[in-house]
Amino acid sequence: MAEPYVELKSVSKYFGSVVALKDVSFDVCPGEVHCLLGDNGAGKSTLIKTLSGVYSPDEGEIRVQGKPTRFASPADTRDSGIATVYQDLALVPLMSVARNFFLGREPMRKFGPISQFDAEFANRTAYDEMSAMGIQLRDPEQPVGTLSGGERQCLAIARAVYFGAKVLILDEPTSALGVHQASVVLKLIVQSKARGIGVIFISHNVHHAYVVGDRFTLLKRGRSTGTYAKGEITRDQLLNLMAGGKELVDLEQELTKSARSGQA
Amino acid sequence: MVSEIRDERVRSVSRLSRLLSRPELGAAAGTVLVFVFFAITAGSTGLFSAKGIVNFLEVSAQLGILAAPVALLMIAGEFDLSVGSMIGFAGILIAIPAVFWGWPIWLSLLFTFAVCGGIGALNGLAVVRTGLPSFIVTLGSLFMLRGLTLGLTRGISGRTQVSGVHELAQNDPLNSLFSGQVFTGLIAWLSDLGLIGKRADGMPSISGIPVSIVWWIALTLACTWLLTRSRFGNWIFAAGGEANAARNLGVPVARTKITLFVMTALAAALFAAVQVLVTGSADTLRGTQKEFEAIIAVVIGGTLLTGGYGSAIGAMFGALIFGVVQMGIFYTGIDTDWFKLFMGAMMVIAVLFNSYVRNRAMRSR
Repeated sequence: MAEPYVELKSVSKYFGSVVALKDVSFDVCPGEVHCLLGDNGAGKSTLIKTLSGVYSPDEGEIRVQGKPTRFASPADTRDSGIATVYQDLALVPLMSVARNFFLGREPMRKFGPISQFDAEFANRTAYDEMSAMGIQLRDPEQPVGTLSGGERQCLAIARAVYFGAKVLILDEPTSALGVHQASVVLKLIVQSKARGIGVIFISHNVHHAYVVGDRFTLLKRGRSTGTYAKGEITRDQLLNLMAGGKELVDLEQELTKSARSGQA
Repeated sequence: MVSEIRDERVRSVSRLSRLLSRPELGAAAGTVLVFVFFAITAGSTGLFSAKGIVNFLEVSAQLGILAAPVALLMIAGEFDLSVGSMIGFAGILIAIPAVFWGWPIWLSLLFTFAVCGGIGALNGLAVVRTGLPSFIVTLGSLFMLRGLTLGLTRGISGRTQVSGVHELAQNDPLNSLFSGQVFTGLIAWLSDLGLIGKRADGMPSISGIPVSIVWWIALTLACTWLLTRSRFGNWIFAAGGEANAARNLGVPVARTKITLFVMTALAAALFAAVQVLVTGSADTLRGTQKEFEAIIAVVIGGTLLTGGYGSAIGAMFGALIFGVVQMGIFYTGIDTDWFKLFMGAMMVIAVLFNSYVRNRAMRSR
């Protein structure tokens, strides 16, 4: 496998007396989907925020392309090719797809002394970048509010890729979506991977993760319970490793027991 | 069959449905309605003579000067209720130094624009820094500015009105920028062609176009360009539509909003400059309720109260409706007491219509 693009080495993060992350190592290579799994409160959010430059680790180090790095800010992280697509996607629903695509980084065109927003370039680029991800827009000037959930994810991902992301951090991209829309997003993840981008896919849905993932890391109470390649672990083993696996079995037994005592 | 091959990129959305989702649509339709209504009821009264047209355009122009930047601010999701008081304050700032301290008019104009711009920046800073709703912050400035205007004027002049600006402004280099007429030659020529009626003494019924109308149109065009064609315009929509998303993408939301508060304050100063130089006096009560009239014009023009959507052209239509209705009621001889009832009802209807249009635009096409 290639060199990891970004790497966390034995990272720990504390908030007062709370241990949010303890001795966690995590990395992603170009053209790979690395799934980060864990229940609520397992430390997924802290790990993402450490990777995206919101927090700096208390112990351990971050390496980008092998070089130890300290991120000064989220913008600094973005400049080094690591883009985070949060659940809110940073989209403005009433604005057009093309204007959202270039929001904050508007392409300008000079007309003599005045420079103005290059709407034609923005429309064409937004359209082309979206179709490269397999989504055909009806009209790049339609408001984002008219897009489906999957199309919005696509816009956010296509935008990050267009502006030079080498690693995409996707925070629960499928959690709010229906079955069909979720499969659209999973296809987007495969598309990004095919373009040589390293994807960190955060989810608590093992079924979604197992379809597209190459490696899986499980977090439990701030600690990593290990990283497994797809060949080393089955979907059921993964499910059982997740916090829910054992607890669901317990719950099932309890329910059968109480059903029996109810009959008696 | 090469001609049959269609690039799938060709937009299949019809021009009509595109037009139907424009924010200005309601205001444009309303303008037509109002014109038709008064053409029928007041067609013979001279409302649509050259003189009548200039009369209602002048009313519209003054309001429109305010409405264009107010529209931008409202699209960015903020209100400025202080513009009305700012007009009274700016009028006094022009008149007092000129009349009592002997400043040349151009200097007191520059001074006024500088002070008003500064107060606008303070309004903006207060909104951005405190995170309080701009409705509350500028409601405070509305009262503070009116009180300050009254206090200063009475303290310095002993009265609530300062007159005598006309005589001082006559030879001032900036006077013709804010008062007087333009295109006088064109009007005379049109009159000679018989397109504009003549008075009994043989002079054209109007001598030119009031310069405020030019300001109105120029400001509307400038604001429209800003909104639709500049980087700043993108930031305005984003700041009002989803400020958090905009911030995460590196849009300077705070700076955008402060700039817009400065713009509305400067528009109020411009309004005052036109008013003081045309009438020759300043009064502490000038501009009362103009903040609401501007908001009405903007809302009729299709801008959402919640921000993120709207247009400056729409605000121009809103101001035009305002002028036509006000003068139309006057010309038809209806008691002018009914004017506010009419405008209030018109605004509510416009809001209902606009929210329908917006929902249409947001529906999956």
